[in-house]
Amino acid sequence: MARAAVLGRLTWRVASVVEVRAETATARTLLLDVPGWPGHLPGQHVDVRLTADDGYSTQRSYSIASAPGQPTVDLTVEAVEEGEVSPYLTDVVGPGDEFELRGPIGGWFVWRSDDPALVLLVAGGSGSVPLMAMIRTRAATGATAPFRLVYSVRTPESAIYADELRRLAADGAVDVTLVHTRRSPTGSARPPGRLDAALLESAAWPAADAPAVFVCGPTGFVEAAATLLVAAGHDPARIKTERFGPTGGAR
Amino acid sequence: MAVVSRGFRGRGRQDPALPPGQYLTEDFPVLSAGPTPRVSLDTWELSVADEVGRSRSWSWAEFQRLPVERFTTDIHCVTKWSKLGTSWEGVSLDTLLADVETSADHALVTSYGGYTTNLPLEDLMDGKAWVAFGYDGEPLHPEHGGPARLLVPHLYLWKSAKWVRRIQLLDQDEPGFWESLGYHNYGDPWREQRYWED
Repeated sequence: MARAAVLGRLTWRVASVVEVRAETATARTLLLDVPGWPGHLPGQHVDVRLTADDGYSTQRSYSIASAPGQPTVDLTVEAVEEGEVSPYLTDVVGPGDEFELRGPIGGWFVWRSDDPALVLLVAGGSGSVPLMAMIRTRAATGATAPFRLVYSVRTPESAIYADELRRLAADGAVDVTLVHTRRSPTGSARPPGRLDAALLESAAWPAADAPAVFVCGPTGFVEAAATLLVAAGHDPARIKTERFGPTGGAR
Repeated sequence: MAVVSRGFRGRGRQDPALPPGQYLTEDFPVLSAGPTPRVSLDTWELSVADEVGRSRSWSWAEFQRLPVERFTTDIHCVTKWSKLGTSWEGVSLDTLLADVETSADHALVTSYGGYTTNLPLEDLMDGKAWVAFGYDGEPLHPEHGGPARLLVPHLYLWKSAKWVRRIQLLDQDEPGFWESLGYHNYGDPWREQRYWED
């Protein structure tokens, strides 16, 4: 079953930037034309290889933001301060530029649209990217698995895909709970603070309903969220995680 | 022929200590497929089983009485980061396998939490692999595989199973968790064996 997510040898392909969308002050989405793209499952990622004119090259991994079967493969990139690659992708790259990528990669952190189980998505910061691919796939395929998203962001302005999530929530495609850690929206009843057990209990599917759980974000966030979920009775075997950044990162 | 990315300069030089496609990090990132298991030292056990079902095991106290090696090594994660000159404490697999008589060629390693990974047995021998319980002078943190993890630094780090619990020797190779999900069966960073058929 898992093998369907990977289609033989992963060859490097040339991706051309079709469009660049500003998501937040620090995140951009690159819409890519990738001739020969074999398709993907939501949650998978790609390896990007950049090459300078002196031959120096370097690689990084980025999650796919788009549902499969769309005209473009979309990557949302958050600029990492002092980063070697992400500031180039967010600030320099424009339509018509090319770089190499290969994928899709990863057959574990994926959602399949024929899985009827309840889905709980827990995102911290740019960890929303692969989870957004799942939400978009649910909408594009007409799947009916009930989705809930708990999304931790510093401020209202740092939520990626905020408008689209509002629309999808209004359509009943996904239940969205935003958790603001530094500053809440004006008029919000909840003061800023981290995701905790009480908030998770009110926003997540109960453990007794055995949802499929996907947690993605900075290491510190994922460790904390996964620990809360296990303490709330969720089976660790049903909690899939993807972490990025250094140990204990507070982002 | 590589595609040149307009305006990309990057750091401009690949450190020869880094395998192809890797970049240097000073942090210690964490990559795990699920929640971090909390393993109590009171019930912790490590076992080695051969291909005909004979096995031996160590409690934490017994394990701590085995000869300890302190070593410094570079580590390479398939997600592209490498970390140079990391300091560890652990027990050599040569010690754990010393009394094992086997004709097996393969090993399947199982972790608390259910993770598995497979390696050729010879990659666990002759000073190439440890069960590590100390990092940088401190007990190994659970996020990084504590109380104890396998460490096989000459292969990509997913082979160095965190929260190691059992080493099963096998006549036939059996793919582990990531090896069944698109990642390379052997995983040599210097040959950039990241994914199937790399």
